[in-house]
Amino acid sequence: MPILSLITYAPLVGVAAILALRLFSRPDDARTVGAAKWIALITTLATLALSVLLVVQFDRNTAGFQFVEDNAWFAGLHYRLGVDGISVLFVLLTAFLMPICIAASWRSIETRVLEYLIAFLLLETLVIGVFCALDLVLFYVFFEFGLVPMFLIIGIWGGKRRVYAAFKFFLYTLLGSVLMLAAILAMINISGTSSIPELMTYHFDPAVQTWLWLAFFASFAVKMPMWPVHTWLPDAHVEAPTAGSVILAGILLKMGGYGFMRFSLPMFPQASHLFAPLVFALSVIAIVYTSLVAFRQVDIKKLIAYSSVAHMGFVTMGIFSGNLQGEQGAMFQMLSHGLISGALFLCVGVVYDRMHTREIAFYGGLVKRMPWYAAVFMLFTMGNVGLPGTSGFVGEILTMTGAYGASTWTALIAATGVILSAVYALSLYRRVVFGELTNPKLAAIADLDWREVAIFAPLIAGTLILGVYPNYVFNLTQTSVDHLVTVYRAAVGG
Amino acid sequence: MNVSADLSLAVPQLILGVSALVLLVLGAFSPKSTTAICGGGVLALLAAAFAAATAPFGRAFAGGLISDQASAFAQVAIYIASAVAIPLGQPWFERRGVRNFEFPVLILLAALGMGMMAGSGDLISLYVGVELHSLALYVLAAMHRDNAKASEAGLKYFVLGALSSGLLLYGASLIYGFAGSTVFSDIAVVVKHGANTGVLFGLVFLICGLAFKVSAAPFHMWTPDVYEGAPTPVVAFFAAAPKMAAMVLFARALAQGFGGASGQWQQVLVLIALTSVVVGAFWGLAQKNLKRLWAYSSIANIGYALLGLASGDARGVQAMLIFMVLYMIDVTGFFACLAALSRKGRSMETIDDMAGLFKEQPWIAAAMTVFSLSALGLPPFSGFWAKYYVFKAALGAGLGPAAVAGLVGSVVAAFYYLRLIKVMWFDVSEGATDRPPVEARAIGVAMALFSFPLVMVALTWIDPLAHAAAAAFGLA
Repeated sequence: MPILSLITYAPLVGVAAILALRLFSRPDDARTVGAAKWIALITTLATLALSVLLVVQFDRNTAGFQFVEDNAWFAGLHYRLGVDGISVLFVLLTAFLMPICIAASWRSIETRVLEYLIAFLLLETLVIGVFCALDLVLFYVFFEFGLVPMFLIIGIWGGKRRVYAAFKFFLYTLLGSVLMLAAILAMINISGTSSIPELMTYHFDPAVQTWLWLAFFASFAVKMPMWPVHTWLPDAHVEAPTAGSVILAGILLKMGGYGFMRFSLPMFPQASHLFAPLVFALSVIAIVYTSLVAFRQVDIKKLIAYSSVAHMGFVTMGIFSGNLQGEQGAMFQMLSHGLISGALFLCVGVVYDRMHTREIAFYGGLVKRMPWYAAVFMLFTMGNVGLPGTSGFVGEILTMTGAYGASTWTALIAATGVILSAVYALSLYRRVVFGELTNPKLAAIADLDWREVAIFAPLIAGTLILGVYPNYVFNLTQTSVDHLVTVYRAAVGG
Repeated sequence: MNVSADLSLAVPQLILGVSALVLLVLGAFSPKSTTAICGGGVLALLAAAFAAATAPFGRAFAGGLISDQASAFAQVAIYIASAVAIPLGQPWFERRGVRNFEFPVLILLAALGMGMMAGSGDLISLYVGVELHSLALYVLAAMHRDNAKASEAGLKYFVLGALSSGLLLYGASLIYGFAGSTVFSDIAVVVKHGANTGVLFGLVFLICGLAFKVSAAPFHMWTPDVYEGAPTPVVAFFAAAPKMAAMVLFARALAQGFGGASGQWQQVLVLIALTSVVVGAFWGLAQKNLKRLWAYSSIANIGYALLGLASGDARGVQAMLIFMVLYMIDVTGFFACLAALSRKGRSMETIDDMAGLFKEQPWIAAAMTVFSLSALGLPPFSGFWAKYYVFKAALGAGLGPAAVAGLVGSVVAAFYYLRLIKVMWFDVSEGATDRPPVEARAIGVAMALFSFPLVMVALTWIDPLAHAAAAAFGLA
């Protein structure tokens, strides 16, 4: 059974159903909209079920790719899918966050609901495709096509400066990606193959590697995003609807880190080694600088967006440390950040749906009216800070251990980021949740309803379980990451 | 070679020539039967396409006409695109009170000229083909007689087209003078080890004349004005098929006539290609009229096609052929959509007119979104695959910096395509649009469906066909 194709295209079944619904009934009718929402939710849940099945069947003792599908396409290209320990969890993460996004948009999206759902389902297909693709060009197709639904999600259903944010998002990412395309074409010309597994064992000349690495770096650094090309992210986050932010922070950013681990490290090891100090420098700047920037924000969403940049700094630092702790930590940090930052954006969405503002000064004393909300928000704030017991801690400590093995100074400066994250996250929490309830508009604000509890429950469970027993992740990634590190170290002679 | 064998290679062109004359006579005696004439025109074009696909290969008329995989490939594409133009154009004109039976006849004559260009093997048939199709196009551009802009477009097109024909002829005469022959294969012997100054001089004029015809910068000045003024369905026609014909002619002249001088013309082509990409990307940013915008878009796209040709090898020509086929489908579809749109009888031509189009005409808006994304070069739309082939060939031929410059140019152009999408999807409608005519909408949507998702399947057979066609040019 081609399970990967099934998972990848399952959301498209929902798209087809909603399109049919749109053709044969009035799109503004309340019943049509309701039916479309259920279709979307059921489709995403079915995709989740399939991905769980995938992870269960996944053989954790093989380093290579599994569930491989391979069909010749045209011009030497192949339709080739497969997962290994590095990608399989991203598939699961995507499938896990999507139903949450649909549920989170249940009431907050009121216009063009059908198109909104179609955009999300299409996005799910494309993102899963990115993580499954084993052909360079197929990967690029999924990677780039994903810009369209996200452009529409920000541009149609976003906030006041949505057009600006959507354009910035699209053009920034596109510029990075066309350079990657040039590198992809060059790689195919040089090696004669577009197969990712074959390219991972192909030895490019170190001088060529440098150029290829830089081109891929241009794309992934923007996607990640790394300082100084991170400026599109706060804009995109602030203007995107809540579910859009969840997907953006939870999954789309991970495509950058995934790309580094899938392409840069195994295919251009010498160049990666050469540029590691550059990445370290950019990472620690991201960690320290954006943490300080986050502290000065007046908009809750923007603050969380900057904190995402800081957390992604730990990921890039871990990846380019080139040792086992670093890679495992980066993997873990990405998964954990997917849960925690997604949940934090949902927390913002909860109060935004009620009050329609994200200004920190507007709030204060929410604990008096929303005790459950305060508890949930507290948990994820702590996760963001990296409190032991939450998943955020594991990723940070491992990436720092990894970086310590490669560069002491990097690890030292990055460690200050942990303190700085406590500074901005706790002060945000204090200003929004604690204190006196001074704003009279907040007097009647309601606590979480059952739908919101249901949305947060799986995220809470995930954050705590992974925080207490991270081996669920490490068991799956161990073999593949081991292999990645072994090959990398052999190539750079360390 | 005897006459009957020569004629058997020219069957597609003969079908078109005879049908055009028959239909012209028919129209003269019964001017009211436009439907029958249009039907006859479409049938003649489809028959010619079939004949071209099954024609025997060889050289006829002392090398003046060549029939090979490349000419077959180009002719099929050109004739089908011309066949689409008739049902798209005639109802459009009739709704505007222009009941001319000449429209399908002119399309046939233009197709005949293009068919000659696709198979021309010497400078004489090259010039005859170019002139025949150009004259038909000048008239077509001015076909909407009562419209001042259309007349202006026709006149402009004619004057500048005549200038480019002059350049072409001057170049041809120089080449003849210095190489001693007009037949490509004879010229190839002379320039085996590079062209001497006289031939090179003529070659540059020849390239300039052809660059004029494909509207490559810096010979692009006529394009925006003509696109803006000419009737939209006519633009749909002459933005597609003539470009294909001229590009194939370009490739044939350079490959079979001047293959030995490839190092010399390569640099000229790279320069023209990059200038076109830059002009198309930056000047397009300032446009408010969609037809002008798409004119600049076509200038940029021709730049990419020329970059493929500039690679100077079989892969580059294959890339160029695939690029042109995919581009033809996109541009025809886009202008078909534009021809379908009107608000209270007034054509919608500016970007602002498209505000909220998604609410009014979801199908057309979706199709135009597909064409915009395709022109932007976003995967998996057809424009991406077109660029994929071109840039791969360019990188393979050592034109790395040019390829990267072209890619960056596409990011600049992305802005105006995105702006069109933004206006259609994000903005609020200005009021109801008229019911779109069935044929234009159907053509637009069908082309959009090809552009995505059909292209991903279609390429599995376009790729080998274009490969065989490119091999026919005899480049390395």
